[in-house]
Amino acid sequence: MTLASSTIRSATAPAEIRRPAGDEAIETDIPWIVIVWNDPINLMSYVTWVFQTLFGYPREKAERLMMDVHTKGKAVVSSGTRTEAERDVARLHAKGLWATMQRDV
Amino acid sequence: MPLTRDDEGFVLHLSTGERDLLRGLCGQLRELLREADPSGDPAIARLFPPAYPDDPLRNLDFERDAGSGLVADRLAAVDVVETTVDAEHLSEDEVMAWLGSVNALRLVLGTRLELTEETTEADYPEGHADRDAYGMYLYLTWLEAGIVEGLSEG
Repeated sequence: MTLASSTIRSATAPAEIRRPAGDEAIETDIPWIVIVWNDPINLMSYVTWVFQTLFGYPREKAERLMMDVHTKGKAVVSSGTRTEAERDVARLHAKGLWATMQRDV
Repeated sequence: MPLTRDDEGFVLHLSTGERDLLRGLCGQLRELLREADPSGDPAIARLFPPAYPDDPLRNLDFERDAGSGLVADRLAAVDVVETTVDAEHLSEDEVMAWLGSVNALRLVLGTRLELTEETTEADYPEGHADRDAYGMYLYLTWLEAGIVEGLSEG
């Protein structure tokens, strides 16, 4: 996939470009991880609350993840298929957290 | 505390001045969210960061699929805050809209002020052009922390 995306990547690439046929099949096998990055604005109590309410994590786990974000700069907060990861990233963005996703390598 | 629970939901303890301030900020947030060309605005980039920072093409897909929904949800939350800005009692859904909008306002203000982990009130002495904006940011910080606390209790 790295190869495919770098080949077609360009500033003027149209959004509707077709990807190689095998691409989607490979994608279902490799999990994606969702990462939340540290930022100087979001409150620690708020970030903990978001992890609890979005993912149903117990308070202890939510606080540990929040502390990882705060002290290590980032934390993996969920993982799954690409679709699942995109859904989680969108939910985190809706809450104002700085979230990205990448393949779990 | 700005938010407490009662039998029916939540009670909002804010002064008229605070409510007027929030009404004004909500109007500004709506304007920002409706900007015709938001590209290049760091505050918008902070509210809607890229899901795939290293893959612009996939990011276009993500923005097309999720982006307009995220903007619409933020606008809907701003509407709820404006409608209930003078209310004493809030439902849980309304509190969620308040929390989301106050958080968005802090993200926008904090981005405009280019805040870092080290920023303190001492960086905005008397006479500083951004002193009022930073004061507003601190007020929103107090309000957001209070809403989270109010939600977490009981």
